[in-house]
Amino acid sequence: MSALLIHRLHFAFTVTYHYLFPQLTMGLGLLIVVLKTLAMAKKDERYDHAARFWARIFAINFALGVVTGIPMEFQFGTNWSRFSKFAGGVIGQTLAMEGVFAFFLESSFLGLFIYGEKRLSRWGHWWAAFLVFLGSWVSGFFIVMTDAWMQNPVGYAVMPDGAVQLTSFWKLMLNPWGLWQYAHNMSGAVITASFVMAAVGAFYLLEKKYLESGRIFVRLGVVAGVIFSILQLFPTGDQQGRMVAHHQAATLAAMEALFKTDTGASLVLLGQPDVEQQKLDNPIQIPKMLSMMTYRRWSAEVKGLDAFPKENWPDNIPLLYYSYHIMVGLGTIFIAELLVAAFLLWRGNLFNSKWMLWILMLSFPFPYIANTAGWMTAEIGRQPWLVYGLFRTDQGASAVVTAGNGMFTLLGFMGMYLFLGILFLFLIRRELEHGPQPVEAR
Amino acid sequence: MGTLWFVLVALLIVTYVVLDGFDLGAGIIHLWAARKDYERQMILRAIGPVWDGNEVWLLAGGGTLYFAFPQLYASSFSGFYLPLMMVLWLLMLRGIGIEFRNHVEGPVWQKFFDALFSVSSMLLAVFFGAAIGNVVRGVPLGPDGYFFEPLWTNFRIGPHPGILDWYSVLIGLLAFAALTSHGALYVSTKTEGSLQQRAHRTAAWSWWSVAILTVLSLVASLKVRPTVIENFRLHPWGWAIPVIVLGSLFAMFYLRVKQNDRVAFVASSVYLASMLGGAAFALYPNVLPSSARPELNLTIQNTLSGSYGLRVGLAWWLIGVVLALGYYIYLFRLFRGKVTLPSEKY
Ligand code: HDD
Ligand code: HEM
Ligand code: HEM
Repeated sequence: MSALLIHRLHFAFTVTYHYLFPQLTMGLGLLIVVLKTLAMAKKDERYDHAARFWARIFAINFALGVVTGIPMEFQFGTNWSRFSKFAGGVIGQTLAMEGVFAFFLESSFLGLFIYGEKRLSRWGHWWAAFLVFLGSWVSGFFIVMTDAWMQNPVGYAVMPDGAVQLTSFWKLMLNPWGLWQYAHNMSGAVITASFVMAAVGAFYLLEKKYLESGRIFVRLGVVAGVIFSILQLFPTGDQQGRMVAHHQAATLAAMEALFKTDTGASLVLLGQPDVEQQKLDNPIQIPKMLSMMTYRRWSAEVKGLDAFPKENWPDNIPLLYYSYHIMVGLGTIFIAELLVAAFLLWRGNLFNSKWMLWILMLSFPFPYIANTAGWMTAEIGRQPWLVYGLFRTDQGASAVVTAGNGMFTLLGFMGMYLFLGILFLFLIRRELEHGPQPVEAR
Repeated sequence: MGTLWFVLVALLIVTYVVLDGFDLGAGIIHLWAARKDYERQMILRAIGPVWDGNEVWLLAGGGTLYFAFPQLYASSFSGFYLPLMMVLWLLMLRGIGIEFRNHVEGPVWQKFFDALFSVSSMLLAVFFGAAIGNVVRGVPLGPDGYFFEPLWTNFRIGPHPGILDWYSVLIGLLAFAALTSHGALYVSTKTEGSLQQRAHRTAAWSWWSVAILTVLSLVASLKVRPTVIENFRLHPWGWAIPVIVLGSLFAMFYLRVKQNDRVAFVASSVYLASMLGGAAFALYPNVLPSSARPELNLTIQNTLSGSYGLRVGLAWWLIGVVLALGYYIYLFRLFRGKVTLPSEKY
């Protein structure tokens, strides 16, 4: 294996693993604030118990997010040093801002939120919850803006030494690509948390224990889930797609496996791309739909891969294509599933509909898959560029770190993350067993 | 501008060492000073609300370094590849040791997490010391500004040093001793009973090793990098730093004997800050010296980021750090005083 490939796998593996945790942190942060608010507004103890239960899950999840996040910050330097030298003048800004603005906020107030309920007033504790939520969303903002600059570089100038430097702070902060990416990504995080909350609630209802909490969880999970699943498609997903079409036309062609430029291009629902023969096997398509979605005209021309030189094609088209279709497919299924659940909830039938509870309980892994697939779409779609149109991936890896050293640490991380994953599942299972009970009863 | 950011990055690193230093130190003495289950819980409660925040100073330091000196970040992080990765693994094990110990009941589990927490804290202290040793000693920089150091070669100082040689090991031991004493003083101020007494005694004997190693390391640094003295010649006010080092060292001793561990802890913080400040002072304006050819040194000038970015950065950086200090003061005030059991955690 070449050193470059190992560096890529190293980053891909660690960041994909890391993101399993923040997506729940960010979504749950919001839902906990909702629970705390309901507790205050309705003066209802049950919501406080619910908030405490989720705070425990949050804390375990957060700890894993932190320990897997620290390596991410380092890897820009360790594994991608030439990229860091090239881009540090710009993305150093957003990464440093994340540390200074978000991580302090989160870590300080999480300590307060978890350890301080007795020392704070009710409002004080609500604020602690709110600031933890805010911290995690600010953190998401800066990291997404970092990524957005790599997808769609703005506000920079190339210096004589070949490195880029910032020329406009506000262009960097208000990168249009990044604003939609952020909205879409955060909404995806709330979907994960909603599904997890609904699944735990459904589990309790089916197990016939902690029934009151179970109902609260299912209700909040379904309501938040249906809202954010729709936002995920429209406007955020739709606008993300248009961003890709405008700024990364080659990526869009690869995502859709559109090998030939077409006026009135069809939207692919199913089919297997065959890159060698440049065609799609067993296609099921909606005619003209792709043109309409990207350019809002039925007969608009959509560039196919043939319009771009081969060395600028994403280097793993099948994986890119499947990632994208898995994300969109799951997103569509989520909307359908949650509309049914929300309808049942509205009619007051949900808690008796065992079949729906089973579905809700079993579907919590899928938002994780959709979020991961979405990021894979973004990152594989950006290839062969590290910074789109400016700096290629093969120029970015650390030249001094050999394949052997990279493999050593990649295997080390795999082992470590296996251990962490087992520990995590074990601890979460224990919390589910304990369930949401009043403090005194424990 | 470059000098300002040099000072700011140095300040972040000092803050990190002083703050995370006490919870690393608490980890070092964890197995020894806290024998009973409730004593171990007390140590964890003493650092529980703050340790993650303390670690964030490292991230903020790293982020600021990346932002202000991209070339230094690129070169040092890839050059110290292996030890940094090990530091990451240790940080992970330590984090779960702290966070998850009290989530499971049962002596076997808890002993396992205690050991994770303590052993990783010990190794981290040594690694951090060795890292400083490497920076002071210099690394084998190539003309392109990059280098790669193996973990060890022959433990001598030559043109091809490893991460570990006799000098960096010495500094590693010094860091170990200094953080042991720092953490012991912290635990002693935050706890009561036999745990407090054991921590106090640990502070007593570790003080001697700190004192001896400090003197040894100063001598060794002069031998390894004779140029460290130059800045003191150039700016004689710099001599205040070694005076503060010695002063705080004696204050630590005296105050501890007077049973005033709280103020002794402050003295220990001053000691750590002045030791690191001294190293930064001696290095300036180099940020990473070359072990063989001074003309290849990485300096503030040849690693600095663009001036527009640095100016904008100054504005948000100051706001951000003032906010962070605000949270910190609030947090420490809220959790001030001795820790109590049974746990308030839910
Ligand atoms: C629960 C997760 C989830 C779901 C159901 C969806 N997405 Fe998504 N999507 C993400 C989670 C996500 C993400 C993880 O948040 C991504 C990856 C990068 C990013 O910023 O957001 C993303 C990126 C992303 C991109 C950008 C790809 C690129 O940058 O190359 C597009 C065009 C879409 N999405 C479109 C959609 C559409 C039309 C959906 C239909 C329902 C959809 N997504 C559902
Ligand atoms: C959390 C969600 C993310 C996931 C799941 C993810 C996933 C991936 C994957 C799969 C790759 C490998 C692509 C390939 O080699 O073909 C990759 C590469 C990379 N990503 Fe991301 N990424 C995420 C977020 C980010 C962010 C926020 C940044 C920047 C701040 C980033 C920067 C990079 C870099 C520098 C590489 C290495 C170079 C490359 O192979 O393109 N990623 N990521
Ligand atoms: C290259 C990419 C990334 C880097 C360098 C990175 C860095 C980090 C670091 C250092 C932490 C620990 C903070 C602490 O100690 O409190 C962390 C946690 C976190 N990260 Fe990431 N991260 C990356 C990808 C992402 C992405 C894509 C998101 C979301 C959009 C994200 C959101 C978060 C959040 C919310 C936390 C808070 C704690 C938690 O995970 O539960 N990160 N990240």
